[in-house]
Amino acid sequence: MIEAENAPPPAGAVAEATAICARHGNDPAALLEILHDLQEETGFVPEATLPAIASALNLSRAEVHGVVSFYHDYRRAPAGPVVVKLCRAEACQSMGALALIETVCAARGIKLGGTSEDGVTIEPVYCLGNCALAPAAMVNGRLVGRADAARLDTAVREARS
Amino acid sequence: MTAVLYVPRDSAARSVGADAVAQAIADEAAARGADVKIVRNGSRGMFWLEPLVEVETAAGRVAYGPVAAEDVPSLFDAGLLAGDGHHALALGLTEEIPFLKHQERLTFARVGVIDPLDLASLSAWGGLDGLKAALEMDGAAICAAIAESGLRGRGGAGFPAGIKWKTVHDQPTGQKYICCNADEGDSGTFADRMIMEGDPFTLIEGMAIAGLAVGAEDGYIYIRSEYPDAIATMRAAAELMEQAGWLGADIGGSGKTFRLHVRRGAGAYICGEESSMLESLEGKRGTVRAKPPIPAIHGLFGKPTVVNNVLTLATVPVILAKGADYYKGFGMGRSRGTKPFQLAGNIRHGGLVEKAFGVTLRQLIEEFGGGTASGRPFRAAQVGGPLGAYVDAAMLDLETDYENFAGNDAMLGHGGIVVFDDSVDMAAMARFAFEFCEIESCGKCTPCRIGAVRGKETVEKIQRGENVDANLELVADLCETMRDGSLCAMGGLTPMPVLSAMRLFPEDFNTTPLMAAE
Repeated sequence: MIEAENAPPPAGAVAEATAICARHGNDPAALLEILHDLQEETGFVPEATLPAIASALNLSRAEVHGVVSFYHDYRRAPAGPVVVKLCRAEACQSMGALALIETVCAARGIKLGGTSEDGVTIEPVYCLGNCALAPAAMVNGRLVGRADAARLDTAVREARS
Repeated sequence: MTAVLYVPRDSAARSVGADAVAQAIADEAAARGADVKIVRNGSRGMFWLEPLVEVETAAGRVAYGPVAAEDVPSLFDAGLLAGDGHHALALGLTEEIPFLKHQERLTFARVGVIDPLDLASLSAWGGLDGLKAALEMDGAAICAAIAESGLRGRGGAGFPAGIKWKTVHDQPTGQKYICCNADEGDSGTFADRMIMEGDPFTLIEGMAIAGLAVGAEDGYIYIRSEYPDAIATMRAAAELMEQAGWLGADIGGSGKTFRLHVRRGAGAYICGEESSMLESLEGKRGTVRAKPPIPAIHGLFGKPTVVNNVLTLATVPVILAKGADYYKGFGMGRSRGTKPFQLAGNIRHGGLVEKAFGVTLRQLIEEFGGGTASGRPFRAAQVGGPLGAYVDAAMLDLETDYENFAGNDAMLGHGGIVVFDDSVDMAAMARFAFEFCEIESCGKCTPCRIGAVRGKETVEKIQRGENVDANLELVADLCETMRDGSLCAMGGLTPMPVLSAMRLFPEDFNTTPLMAAE
């Protein structure tokens, strides 16, 4: 079932994964860093790279799969070019985050976790450390405080340019 | 004469436009031929005033805020560069702003004051004094000083740091580690982030001191991936410290070694739990370890390990620099020193308040925080993160002290205070507590993994008005099982918000089925 969600690997992804492992000294303790680096290069962690990583780090494929699937950060398919993370933890809820999420998702015609036709992925997150300026959002790694639909639209436009 | 201005580089300040303000000031100065130096400092932690612009004057730093880029020309017209106070955004001397003036900042003494990456000027602000003092002491004496100061883990559990350090110190020599837990995932907390972005050197200094104390030559700092700015600042600070000889093979010319490794988390709340963090640092799934053995004996890679959070380690330098007695002089009961509280959520003046233990919730929420942001009546606050209890208005006079909170079925945790006005639905918050546990449970133990799912379903039944009394009893029963049967605080403390909501706000749980409208 999981395979069905997986996107085909970009050309050279397996070689790239092997090179990243080597850069980290093929140290199994660096697995999270390796997966972060790979995701930065390829946009996601392709299933096809897991055997190469397992072999480089002298781990079983199951161990690597277990790590990839445990952490929320790792994607098994690419996201849109703009990723909007909306906090739905308590502090942001107290300032209307749930209604904001609903508005933003409805405006783009997607469910939370989905990607709109114009390439905006909207994901939930639990705390961005901007709880005094709630609701908080993050657009392609940039924090947005006192988020509302208009401010988020501006941030998305800036992220595209 | 060069005018010196401060515009924060803290990510929260940037999230409301600090970069644009800094740029506008530079542009405006260039257009007017004015000579300015813009320092990108950390944040003073008065977030309702961010972006906060400060100007150095003979009388001290003068503040303006919240400044938008469009305000810059009029600020220049009104004599910004001289710190002239004739502008609607003028706030007077920064240190005299009541929110800041009434604090007792020890851990945060330099945050918002300095350029966080200016190592050259750090000594002028007392930087490295603690490390220099530690280099003159042996490990046992450092551990004793920390024990004497009364410092307890600021991450939430409140375990005495000196005892933890001594346990690691007393293990046979060999490979040992210092692990800084910077996986600050609790909603309503941002103090760790502010330290890492605003004064990273104090944290590195604290870790190096811990290394000297217990005989560990390697330190890891595990930072959550949701904090990209903090990660970048910590990495840059570690490199500067290494170049200056304060990290590496010969710290401060002492012949002693301390290496620092910065590691990223990957979006798992549970990795804030110390044993999960250790698993994660070993490159594994972040599942919790059963205790014993404790990490002080069997920690990272099976070696004796000090695990402390950011605030604990960042407080160590001031204790070494000014002495255990100085630090111990603050606080009440067995809660010594100061605690950085974070005012968050629906609050007018949200921000960071560092204050000696004993300050009441009312002082924090009403005097510092100015009540709710919406202006509606206060209804509840969640103290100590998503696993902390809700308190109601009748509990606002509680003095902040670990034992005092525990005695009132609450916890201080990391000092996060999330305020809600009267529009909050506490049954929805109880449901959310279970949902959060469902999403973030590591899955290793049954009470947490299954209990969270069943708890959420049962609260939903209560919300729909199905067998309310029986289901309330069921939730209470389930909470007892989770509390007593879970391996770690994730499942063990999820009952805190749930039960406190049910106890203090029963009216939100007694909904009956709605009559058909037609």
